[in-house]
Amino acid sequence: MANYSTNEFKSGLKVMLEGDPCSILENELVKPGKGQAFSRVKLRNLKTGRVWERTFKSGEKLEGADVMDYDMEYLYADGEFFHFMATDGSFEQYAAPVEAVADTKNWLKEQEAYEVTLFNGAPIAVSAPNFVELEVVETDPGLKGDTAQGGTKPAFLTTGAMVRVPLFINIGEVLRIDTRTGEYVSRAKV
Amino acid sequence: MLWQPSADINTLRARADFNAYIRDFFRLRDVLEVETPLLSRAAVSDANLLPLAATCLSKACYLQTSPEYPMKRLLAAGSGDIYQICKVFRDEELGKRHNPEFSMLEYYRLHFDLQTLKDEVAQLVGDYLNIQRRLDLSYRQAFIKYARLDPFLATDDELQMRVQPFVGALQLNRDECLDLLISHVVEPNLPKDTLVFIGQYPASQAALAQTYENDSADMLAQRFELYVNGLELANGYQELTDVSEQKRRFAKEQAQCAQARCADEHFLQALAHGLPDCSGVALGLDRILMLKLQLKDISEVLSFDFARA
Repeated sequence: MANYSTNEFKSGLKVMLEGDPCSILENELVKPGKGQAFSRVKLRNLKTGRVWERTFKSGEKLEGADVMDYDMEYLYADGEFFHFMATDGSFEQYAAPVEAVADTKNWLKEQEAYEVTLFNGAPIAVSAPNFVELEVVETDPGLKGDTAQGGTKPAFLTTGAMVRVPLFINIGEVLRIDTRTGEYVSRAKV
Repeated sequence: MLWQPSADINTLRARADFNAYIRDFFRLRDVLEVETPLLSRAAVSDANLLPLAATCLSKACYLQTSPEYPMKRLLAAGSGDIYQICKVFRDEELGKRHNPEFSMLEYYRLHFDLQTLKDEVAQLVGDYLNIQRRLDLSYRQAFIKYARLDPFLATDDELQMRVQPFVGALQLNRDECLDLLISHVVEPNLPKDTLVFIGQYPASQAALAQTYENDSADMLAQRFELYVNGLELANGYQELTDVSEQKRRFAKEQAQCAQARCADEHFLQALAHGLPDCSGVALGLDRILMLKLQLKDISEVLSFDFARA
């Protein structure tokens, strides 16, 4: 991969830092008047999702990371890996380990499209679309007539995820969930 | 849409008013407005500044990083007190507080010591920004107070340890460590809405300021910086007038420079002729305007920032 100098650092650039692929979030030039210039950089470690802050001397270089995002359809889980298939016509299949899928496993639905991040050809991260529709498999019986205000109750979805839902929701209903907050949005329109 | 200005029209009006304010300030004090060439045959000596190279009449030349050398030539030629509002150019400086081309006010006062100059800068900037609170710290006091570290006594290993959380395994030299700590630790902790003058820099960071030895045998520079709300606004010197010392510093800077830069012979000749005893200061006008208008990004005070230039 190419090397990138600090003046090429910009949001979205993928670089290697301490052996891990990272995505640059922010790069701010800091320079005391007559002194050394630094780049103060925020990076997201694409393996752990954690945000790092790191300062580089201007002109320092980092190796680019072979990282690409692909749209892929979720196929199935085999207990160890989660299997995805590229939707670019290649039908290429990729097995993502639990660490790569992380919290997104709460929102996995077969035949739904997800963004899979490949690092050197292997999945390291999977992100869900902003909204998914999932079926309720377990919740307390719904309260008739309670369609407006009132409290919430826990409901479990096919994926095993728990969301807080209004009291009128019943088992078997399909719900629209905001995957960014993990919150119930509405009943899915049939 | 990049054809449109990055500043709104009211901001440009405020900029014009600011320029008028500065010109009034100096007219009252009988300081002469001058213009000097933006394009110079010699490049700046400062290893931390990257000049933009150009070609004119088949000759290599550079856009100025500051008007310091030609203004000092005017002083040596007997101009008396002078000021200039001009554009300066510094390659690779781009960010929320930096644009590769920016506006500078630079001025020189004959027979002013650094304290007198600081007082005048406090008036110029303080009146404009309506900030009267002022704090004068030495470089050492600023580090002890805000970084709990003595910049003169700390060992190289201690400094390296303090910068490690920011830079990881990267090794920095002593001045680089101090530059990192002042920008990452001291600056963000300075009191708000206060004119903070930091002075008595280590001699290694003297640039074109005079140096002297204090009671505890530290070599210090007659130099100050002005910070307001974490923004560095001004850099002032009791100007070095000794030509042989100036030549030594040029040689030292050139040794640290990646690209070869020839010393500005016209400037050295002017010093040899005799620079009157004076103090001078350079102020970043765009940043002062940012503070006045409470804007966070320098592009918001520029008619067209570099992305639209």
